[in-house]
Amino acid sequence: MNNQSERSERYYNLYKENIKRIAENSSPYINSFREEAIEKFGQLGIPTRENETYRYTNLDTFFNHEFKSYFMPVASDFARAEEFRCDVTDLDAHGIVLLNGFYPTITDKLRQLPGGIWIGSLNEASKKFGEKIEKHYAKYAGSDSDGLVHLNTAMASDGVFIYVPEGVVLKKPVQVINLVQSEEDIFNQHRSLIVVEKNAEITLIICDHTLSPTKFLTNAVTEVYVGENSHFDIIRVQNEHNNAGKITHTFIHQERNSNASSNNITLHGGLVRNSTHHFLGGEGAESYSYGLYLADKFQHVDNYVNVEHAYPNCTSNQLFKGVLDDMATGAFNGRIYVHKDAQGTMAYQKNNNILLTDDAKMDTKPQLEIYADDVKCSHGATVGQLDDDALFYLQSRGINKREARLMLMFGFAHEVIQNIKVEALRERMDNLVMQRLRGELSRCASCMVKCG
Amino acid sequence: MEKDQDKIINDVTSGEYKYGFYSDIETERIPKGLNEDIIRTISRKKGEPDWLLEFRLKSFRHWQTMKMPGWANLKIPPINYQDIIYYAAPKQKASAENLDDIDPELKKTFDKLGIPLEEQKHLTGVAVDAVMDSVSVKTTFKEILAESGIIFCSFSDAVKEYPDLVKRYMGTVVPYTDNFFATLNSAVFSDGSFCYIPKGVRCPMELLTYFRINSANTGQFERTLLVADEESYVSYLEGCTAPMRDENQLHAAIVEIIVENNAEVKYSTVQNWYPGDKEGKGGIFNFVTKRGLCRGENSKISWTQIETGSAITWKYPSCILRGDNSTGEFYSVAVTNHHQQADTGTKMIHIGKNTKSTIVSKGISAGQGQNSYRGLVKVLKNATGARNFSQCDSLLLGDKCGAHTFPYIEVDNQTAIVEHEATTSKIGEDQIFYCNQRGISTEDAVGLIVNGYAREVINKLPMEFAVEAQKLLQISLEGSVG
Repeated sequence: MNNQSERSERYYNLYKENIKRIAENSSPYINSFREEAIEKFGQLGIPTRENETYRYTNLDTFFNHEFKSYFMPVASDFARAEEFRCDVTDLDAHGIVLLNGFYPTITDKLRQLPGGIWIGSLNEASKKFGEKIEKHYAKYAGSDSDGLVHLNTAMASDGVFIYVPEGVVLKKPVQVINLVQSEEDIFNQHRSLIVVEKNAEITLIICDHTLSPTKFLTNAVTEVYVGENSHFDIIRVQNEHNNAGKITHTFIHQERNSNASSNNITLHGGLVRNSTHHFLGGEGAESYSYGLYLADKFQHVDNYVNVEHAYPNCTSNQLFKGVLDDMATGAFNGRIYVHKDAQGTMAYQKNNNILLTDDAKMDTKPQLEIYADDVKCSHGATVGQLDDDALFYLQSRGINKREARLMLMFGFAHEVIQNIKVEALRERMDNLVMQRLRGELSRCASCMVKCG
Repeated sequence: MEKDQDKIINDVTSGEYKYGFYSDIETERIPKGLNEDIIRTISRKKGEPDWLLEFRLKSFRHWQTMKMPGWANLKIPPINYQDIIYYAAPKQKASAENLDDIDPELKKTFDKLGIPLEEQKHLTGVAVDAVMDSVSVKTTFKEILAESGIIFCSFSDAVKEYPDLVKRYMGTVVPYTDNFFATLNSAVFSDGSFCYIPKGVRCPMELLTYFRINSANTGQFERTLLVADEESYVSYLEGCTAPMRDENQLHAAIVEIIVENNAEVKYSTVQNWYPGDKEGKGGIFNFVTKRGLCRGENSKISWTQIETGSAITWKYPSCILRGDNSTGEFYSVAVTNHHQQADTGTKMIHIGKNTKSTIVSKGISAGQGQNSYRGLVKVLKNATGARNFSQCDSLLLGDKCGAHTFPYIEVDNQTAIVEHEATTSKIGEDQIFYCNQRGISTEDAVGLIVNGYAREVINKLPMEFAVEAQKLLQISLEGSVG
């Protein structure tokens, strides 16, 4: 316990030392949340395994580490970020690059796309579009009992802001590339806000990369508002080195008849924890959450999904799949919560896992909490190995065992990949997964760090 | 039309709990409260040896450092542990060897409950240990069982007559530090059953322990210890009822089972404690720790439970599958109606090689009942070839009830295959319509559908109990339609 409070104290001090620098780039409205959030963080602290939603994830190795400095970008950093090129060929997207949680340009911080869409820096937007920020900022991630969300609210540096006005459909996806690169170990926290108004549509791709071998810890919060009849897809591709810790919290608030999907694909990373919250806040809303994790060595991947059915006749679907190799550990915690009045709910949840070695470990916790009666809910979870019969079938047709195993694993993973609607990305993901399964992708595709 | 329906419902629900009577039996009680003196008093009254008193005191001291757990999905009103009488015994001669020695009022009580204290009566195939409040009243068929070497007696007798056996096994499966209620039980436990099946013996009859709470303001804390030695088999039943009262009464029991090589234990419970009235007033708090250890190879434990009673149920009969090739089974039907709450499930810990477990849980929620399944399937590193299949279904009747599922699956071995499936749905309107069409009333149709839904579990019960359980299900759900 002592260690606990001492640890919280350290982050509190980090806040105290840097708050001036953080606040001066941000708008007063965003700053107005910081004091209260750090207080709440002080009460809740860093989640431990005693916290039910972190039961299978030990954050100690990252949070016990002392991150002395708080990163502030300088001009030379920007140049390096500019050099970065996405290696997904054929992917036609509006790109945004974030470096260590900052928006690494000085001039072009906010861009307007056709149809009146704005993409760019959250800090910049909060100065320019005060009322839009005030309507949505910290509204969807507020009441959570997770100390790390509060820590983010207190210390958030910068992040992405996307605004899609009513009736606008953006065909081309927006791609956000999160880079982390630093000479010393850093802890970065960015915060994004995406507002999709009525009858609009947008696809967001988030790619996470590490560029230097130092220890990183990222604690990111993304808030999404999906208006009536709107369509929103978020695809997260995580490819970081073994010494990186990545904690993401995504809160998707959905209005009536909206459709939102989230897809977390974890290819590589030291410690990854993705929490995704879908709040179905209007009749007829649909939500889909997908996840795929391929982990080996000492990696740990934890997916937490919380789907809340607050209104009648909503549909939700969860599909999470994982392949665990070497000493990797995985965790899945899915929760479907159906409120009293949410009649006509349909909610499904599925988690399948394959363990490849005796040292790999999987913990899964699919939960249903249902307070309405006219519902159809189901969940299923399996932990096992590749199907011997299927393996035999392929071998009997002259495919060697290694190849047959690969095919089966690829097929297993493809069930998640096929839900990516952006074709170029889908193909690239299939490709990456295949490489990953073959063991060729022992390090991140674009990484100079040979941590593999 | 609506009025008619209300009337029918009223008629039915008023007669819902038929075991709610109170018998006026002369009872010896100790003062309310919980402290070391009380524990010494209990121990003295039971004439216990020093080692047992030490065990109790050790538990009590540990209990004082513990806090009531809050993780269950239950709303438990605060319990004042100083406001409970921890020992109440019907006054009678020390041991009733002869049936005539038993207080006739007491005999009448058990007759009313359908539990024969006379031997050679209609339930001839069942040996009964009847426990009223804190003591065992009578154990039947002791002699016949003794012929094949089976020990079946009250826990207090076992402490006196077989101290070595009790000492060797007590607390090995549920240690005194296990959890809040188990520790409390270890400190104040009153009576219960002890059963030992020697090597190679197949128990010729069903063993039944019947628990009855009679006294007001008392808590019941019994402890059951069941040991099945190599190559043996026993089928063990447990039933329980209590009078209707406005206040809540606490029942915190421990059941320990130890199964050696090639032995098998079948443990069935029909739990029908008083569930409280329609407004949720009164009823028993049923906080029970049940755990079995498959110590030997090829051993098997099968838990079957029908949970229809109790205001709050907090119960997780578990299996520790330590022996290679051992098997654990858990079949459960839990019903919550009116304001009842249940948080129940199982734990299957796979330690040995090729261990298998099956979980079938059927939850039924009606009225404002809240029903949770909470289960753990854990496969340890060396449990090669472990296999688990879990299925937990929930049925919802009415729009104010809830059904929740909290499964935990922890797998640490690549050869394990663990499957979990769960569904939650409303009772099928088309099924009810189909029955209505054929002249079956909605009430009966629901009974029919629920019984069909629970059949898989009920079939696992011994015959007499299965019939009882079916009736009980129907009674518990009466008044829930409309």
